Amino acid sequence: MRFLFYLINGISLGSVYAIIALGYSMVYGIAKMLNFAHGDVIMVGGYAAFTSAVTLGLHPVLSIGVAIVVCTVLGVIIESVAYRPLLEASSSLAVLITAIGVSYFLQNLVLLIFGSNSKSFQSLIRIPGLSLAGGTLVISGEMIVTIVACIVIMLALTCFINRTKMGQAMLAVSEDKGAAQLMGINVNGTIALTFAIGSGLAAIAGVLLCSSYPSLTPYTGAMPGIKAFVAAVFGGIGSIPGAFLGGILLGIIEIFAKGYISTQLSDAIVFGVLIIVLLVRPTGLLGKKIQEKV
Amino acid sequence: MKNKKFRSNLITYGIVIAAFVIVQALQNAGRLSSLMTGMLVPICVYVVLAVSLNLVVGISGELSLGHAGFMCAGAFSGALFTNIVKENLTIGPLRLVLAMLIGSAVAALFGLAIGIPVLRLKGDYLAIVTLAFGEIIKNVMNIFFIGQDSNGFHFSTKDQFSLNMEPGGKVLLSGPMGITGTPKDATFLAGVILILVTLFVVLNLMDSRTGRAIMAIRDNRIAAESIGLNIMKHKLLAFTVSAALAGAAGSLYAHNLATLQAKKFDYNFSILALVFVVLGGIGNIRGSVIAAIVLTALPEMLRGLSNYRMLIYSVILIAMMLFTWAPRVLEWRERHFGRFLGKKIKEVE
Amino acid sequence: MKNLRKVLCVTMAAAMTTALALPAAVFADDTFHIGMIGPITGAAAIYGSAVANAGQLAVDEINEAGGIAGFQVEYTAEDDEHDAEKSVNAYNSLKDKGMQMLLGTVTSAPCIAVEAEAAADNMFLLTPSGTAVECIQAGDNAFRVCFSDPAQGTAAAQYIGEHGLAEKVGVLYNSSDVYSTGVYATFRAEAENQPFEIVEDQSFTDDSNKDFSTQLLAFKDAGCELIFVPFYYDPAYLVLGQAADMGLETKWFGVDGMDGILSVENFDTSLAEDVMLLTPFSVSAEDELTQNFVAKYKEAYGEEPNQFAADAYDGVYIMKQAIEQAGVTPDMSYSEICDALKTAMTEIEFTGVTGTITWDASGEPTKAPMAVVIKNGAYELMD
Repeated sequence: MRFLFYLINGISLGSVYAIIALGYSMVYGIAKMLNFAHGDVIMVGGYAAFTSAVTLGLHPVLSIGVAIVVCTVLGVIIESVAYRPLLEASSSLAVLITAIGVSYFLQNLVLLIFGSNSKSFQSLIRIPGLSLAGGTLVISGEMIVTIVACIVIMLALTCFINRTKMGQAMLAVSEDKGAAQLMGINVNGTIALTFAIGSGLAAIAGVLLCSSYPSLTPYTGAMPGIKAFVAAVFGGIGSIPGAFLGGILLGIIEIFAKGYISTQLSDAIVFGVLIIVLLVRPTGLLGKKIQEKV
Repeated sequence: MKNKKFRSNLITYGIVIAAFVIVQALQNAGRLSSLMTGMLVPICVYVVLAVSLNLVVGISGELSLGHAGFMCAGAFSGALFTNIVKENLTIGPLRLVLAMLIGSAVAALFGLAIGIPVLRLKGDYLAIVTLAFGEIIKNVMNIFFIGQDSNGFHFSTKDQFSLNMEPGGKVLLSGPMGITGTPKDATFLAGVILILVTLFVVLNLMDSRTGRAIMAIRDNRIAAESIGLNIMKHKLLAFTVSAALAGAAGSLYAHNLATLQAKKFDYNFSILALVFVVLGGIGNIRGSVIAAIVLTALPEMLRGLSNYRMLIYSVILIAMMLFTWAPRVLEWRERHFGRFLGKKIKEVE
Repeated sequence: MKNLRKVLCVTMAAAMTTALALPAAVFADDTFHIGMIGPITGAAAIYGSAVANAGQLAVDEINEAGGIAGFQVEYTAEDDEHDAEKSVNAYNSLKDKGMQMLLGTVTSAPCIAVEAEAAADNMFLLTPSGTAVECIQAGDNAFRVCFSDPAQGTAAAQYIGEHGLAEKVGVLYNSSDVYSTGVYATFRAEAENQPFEIVEDQSFTDDSNKDFSTQLLAFKDAGCELIFVPFYYDPAYLVLGQAADMGLETKWFGVDGMDGILSVENFDTSLAEDVMLLTPFSVSAEDELTQNFVAKYKEAYGEEPNQFAADAYDGVYIMKQAIEQAGVTPDMSYSEICDALKTAMTEIEFTGVTGTITWDASGEPTKAPMAVVIKNGAYELMD
């Protein structure tokens, strides 16, 4: 029973990591950059949904829509102002540092606008949970929605990338920017589109994160962002199914570590498992093996 | 060529020594504000941290996001040592030197132990694993309790009462509270000496046969391997030396504040060190020194902006990154300011 | 010539440091200058902003009413991001601006670092909310408004024991937080002397403070009748929500960090029904002082003041009373003021929004802890 309880809660936590990791992995796969501001875009999504649902009193579905629009626009702005000028820089670290600057910027901007008081996010999900084994095991509505959303997004992204022209363009850009340009692909446009989709996903992730764990502060996105990043690497960064698998596994490992070993060391254990996995499979669980070219 | 490099190194040392002399003169004349006086040691710590990280990121070409972990190891071991011996050894400078040596030795051990598995990985995977190790070090330090009484040392991971000490025993390390009561042994002079030692080690390493081998590995691993260079050995050397220097910086840091907590050394701190390196120029040692000074002083200078301080700081950070790295901006600078302000754009294939 | 860029860089760095180096102007002789340090940005910003705001409110009130002994008061708040190093920077920066007394720092760890500096300088320090014992131990210059960690842990254990609230008690604490571990440790020590048993203790860290399911299951399995929760209201309200989802029925007992839970925006306060907490301050207290403070704070900052704000508000008035008792004037140096104030502090009896307080030379306050229980979304006094 205990095992099942941990497993269900692990999947529930993992599904939140997974949905964040999907956005992370997608952006990394195409733009080849670690977008450290992703967690903060999630936080902005949470605030957008909160403001429209609670302050303005919009319908939940509508407020999710507002959050998606806000984050998509934000993502495109960030990309064009802070990242695009550096895509051709002589080191890829430059854009990583700018991403950190953007992360500080978003946190402090939200702090100024909304203040430091934490807000209790009302769950926007209206689906009742499932109660099993006489109420001891509860599968919450949020968890069901999160997992369904994860799977739908995962399938949609895979289809989009493999079946559509734009998706193929993304793949081409991620393989070789120069060659893609020569083939007539609008490289900048494709990367901007990637950021738009990634940020839209971040908005959905923000709503689901805050619905499952209803606490919203300007720093809400930071730690889940880092953990989702770990999840994405765990599953093989750049791989869409890998991000899903990595997220779920990370959640399960975290809960099991807390339940059976130590609540204080659960994070250390999660990171320890990550290290071991990467040492055995240096490109993550489902990551592509990179052939070194001479 | 040799001569030019030598001259460039001399300039770097010269800047540090000149800065020291000027600051000392100002201080003796009573013209130095309390804020600046208080920031001297932290600035030295950050300079050493940035230079040591540049050895890994710039010279060895590996992205490390766990540098704070080494600093943490050095800070805690150094501070523990001082707190154990502080009653018997009352000569501050000697205590500090010993603590820094211990701090760097412990950090070097960590560097070696972590480097062996980690350096087999590449690129972003290496980055995330170093980040993971840094977080593990922080997490583990956070739950440790160490006490000392007449029966010797006691350890616990629960709380200070579980140490089962005799009355009168003292708690040395107290979980999240960390170490309190470390005597303030750190001085500006000690900081400057540590910077000079760090520069000496790093610049000489770069200029040596080993250093050129490390850079060859960075530029083309396969070519370097094919001429018989031991990849692992060279990478590990750079990684360990860098960890040792960060450990010494950590020890200095611990002796400047009355309290030391593992929480400080999280991934954000590692990233801060990386910001110094990238902004100063990857592989450019003098740049790291300057960037560390500028970025440490900047938030303090912005105090007048009160609530907007950190917002403006982030905007300046982004602007500085664009100004120093964006190819278009570099081109524009080249065109308008020519050789004076233009940064040479390296041809990258 | 190519080095000109580098020369420019160096000049820029030098210019910045000189700008920092020059001592700033000192305030005129006819105003008292109170400095405040706390986290105004960063994850702990909520506590620092509350103190900064409430301190400002008190200073404005005092100035409006004619100042302290006829002298106006200058108040400067500096940010420390909940970081010891930044806190010392803030302290030095305030010193450059002519600070004569320090209200701060807000959080424990930075307070220890700043107190070491302040003790060396002989600067009067009154921490509104630094709860760790070590916060005021480096010298005799430091005093405290709130209860210390051991005082709270012990008082909570005694209260639970004396009122026979439960026999099987569980404890959930934040193992990465100084305040929470401090209270937990003394609670555990005092529990040995009380007629209840700690059957389960669980912890969490700041890095994983979202999901509490495993901890709550452990409490459920151990059959805890009461869970002691010595940490801040964020994430305490998450814990309460998850416990309700799990069907965990138990009593909850918090300490002063729990105060503020009712003012979390959009929080379903029915989840906090019957939660008990020890707090020196209650927004719903009916005395005139509290009513005035709460009303003015709400008007100025648009939210209800929490316990941090109350401690800071009192802190400024405590300084006022001590200054009047000691008869110091703004033209004295901070060290002279400190010497006079540390005697005056042991002589005054202060009554404010956090109760009636006296101090001894150690700097620890003596005041009666107050236990409240949440009923219908408001505090109700317990006996």
